[in-house]
Amino acid sequence: MKKDRRDFLKIAGLAAVAGIGAPSAFGSLLRGSDEALAAAPAAGGEEAAKSGKRLGMVINVRAFAAQPELAEKCTEVCHSIHNVPDFGNPKDEIKWIWKDKYNNVFADSSHYKRPGGLAEVPVLALCNHCDKPPCVRACPTKATFKKSDGVVAMDYHRCIGCRFCMAACPYGARSFNWRDPRGKDENGNPFIKTLNPKFPARMRGVVEKCNFCTERLAVGQIPACVEAVAGTGAMFFGDLNDPNSEISQILSLYYTVQRKPSLGTYPSLFYII
Amino acid sequence: MIEKALTGSKGYWAWMIFLLAIMGMGGMFYTQQWNYGLGITGMSRDVTWGIYISQFTFLVGVAAGGLMLVLPYYLHNYKEFGRITILGEFMAIAAVIMCLMFILADLGQPIRALNVMLYPTPNSMLFWDMIVLNGYLFLNVVCGWAVLHAEYKGVKYSSWVKKLILLSIPWAVSIHTVTAFLYCGLPGRHFWLTAILAPRFLASAFAAGPALLLVVALIMERTTFFKVGQVAKDKLVTIIGYAAIINFFFLACEFFVGFYSNIPGHMHTLEYLFWGLSHDGHVYNNLVPFMRASVVMGIVGIALIFVSRSKKSDGLLAASCVLIFLSLWIDKGLGLVLGGFVPNMLEQVTEYYPTVPEIGVTAAIWATGFFVLTLLYKVAISVKLEKES
Ligand code: SF4
Ligand code: SF4
Ligand code: SF4
Repeated sequence: MKKDRRDFLKIAGLAAVAGIGAPSAFGSLLRGSDEALAAAPAAGGEEAAKSGKRLGMVINVRAFAAQPELAEKCTEVCHSIHNVPDFGNPKDEIKWIWKDKYNNVFADSSHYKRPGGLAEVPVLALCNHCDKPPCVRACPTKATFKKSDGVVAMDYHRCIGCRFCMAACPYGARSFNWRDPRGKDENGNPFIKTLNPKFPARMRGVVEKCNFCTERLAVGQIPACVEAVAGTGAMFFGDLNDPNSEISQILSLYYTVQRKPSLGTYPSLFYII
Repeated sequence: MIEKALTGSKGYWAWMIFLLAIMGMGGMFYTQQWNYGLGITGMSRDVTWGIYISQFTFLVGVAAGGLMLVLPYYLHNYKEFGRITILGEFMAIAAVIMCLMFILADLGQPIRALNVMLYPTPNSMLFWDMIVLNGYLFLNVVCGWAVLHAEYKGVKYSSWVKKLILLSIPWAVSIHTVTAFLYCGLPGRHFWLTAILAPRFLASAFAAGPALLLVVALIMERTTFFKVGQVAKDKLVTIIGYAAIINFFFLACEFFVGFYSNIPGHMHTLEYLFWGLSHDGHVYNNLVPFMRASVVMGIVGIALIFVSRSKKSDGLLAASCVLIFLSLWIDKGLGLVLGGFVPNMLEQVTEYYPTVPEIGVTAAIWATGFFVLTLLYKVAISVKLEKES
């Protein structure tokens, strides 16, 4: 308990440095996430699963605004350790985590006059590891499935490449291997620059996406993107259902938003704007 | 009975060889796709389904459309359709075969297709679609063949066949309903997220299926001694005409909901399809000419089909059926599936253009369908003419 508290104070301090500032009266009024509020009518007033583990992430957009190069760093590290190929064109593109414009990531939210250049801030987008994931519902082979810790994972060897999950995901989080990711371009450069032998490279014709670094979690590490920005207060990771976890504390301190909460997918990704 | 397909006129053989040539050409393109991957098509991260899946969607309708011949005859004992119900059943066979081929062509890992059965997943609509499509294929093969064989032997088909035929009636509705559920249950795809998607599919199916059948039947009237019969033709005109009218009524309903509610997500795709969507200073409108042509052809077709009935003109009838069929093909076989991906989930726009190999494979699958259809119709017509003479 004591340790948790100390950690938490540290985080709060870091967060302040990163420009979140002390929680205002307004912040405490809006305490907690807006998940229950936003999805309440659709889900009959009930919030998504409160029992069991539910891993989630907080992305602090303010920290990324202060240090825009962080976003690139996250993408870089994730794509290199996960053998994500670079085909050099948007048509074949595969991406697990990427920066996009605020207006696109939060396409349905409206700010008539956006504060302080928000439109220019790089906002990270990745799989939301939804608590009620439509991609899992749509998959005809269980190649996409939800693990007991809340991670939405994939079995690349079972996927038939029907891309039903891509139509079903309302966040554009999934990519398809339109061609062989292990191949080379016309100049003989491999699409995967340096192969990480510790992680499987995919084959042609299957879908892939962020796996919340489940292979790292298994050995007690945190997701690589979160690790890459450690010490900046830009990203937090942990069990949303554990009231003592760092991420729970952050969520109860700051006003956070999810992407498209009205769709009933219950994203486990929260943004501090 | 099958030997009837092995004798035929010069025209018959020329037609079959023509189809085989297209199939061979498509096979070559498919080999390319097999070696390179689906990247050889025009599909992208944003538009993840292209003409393969949209043809599949449309052809499920053609398959279900046979119901409009089977139902009046077997349920309401409408004798005039006696000569053509078999055509409806055989068209369903050809159409479902094309559907299955289009799905296979679209899979990234076709060799793993059986995973759908090895790991049955009842929460996935694709799993159910596979069950209903294969079931429908089975029902039509068994019923169609049994009925025709009985006629060939000059006996009445056995009573279990009748039971299966009755089962095939709700089954035809199910294939198009489940296919609509593939689309209309996805959160965030506003264009598809409409409760009248299944009714829309059925309305267009009940127009497009019989329209194609009538065109083929009219061609056979010219080339063989087979006659559909004026009464049956008039009845089909009523069915096609009203189904097409209901289809356009549903489309109008979609427009009302989208534009009166003024909800952007509900308007974007309609704007993209019919006027062009402006985004970041660029207007995206590659489907606009097609969609507008679809509406014009549909309306002209509906008007003409009723004129053709009062004038008793076969030429006009064929022309109007072709117009209605093309109109619905554009509507369901292009706009519905492709439009659903514009704009994408981050409100960006990527347009889709099919590639040459993709069009080649598509043409080859259509050719396979017509090949099967011609074979089956040849057998059916020969048996019928033999019995009648
Ligand atoms: S964000 Fe998309 S891919 Fe990720 S769990 Fe949710 S629906 Fe599935
Ligand atoms: S593409 Fe693969 S993961 Fe996606 S729905 Fe099909 S089988 Fe499942
Ligand atoms: S959690 Fe892991 S897999 Fe997901 S974006 Fe971050 S680094 Fe990539």
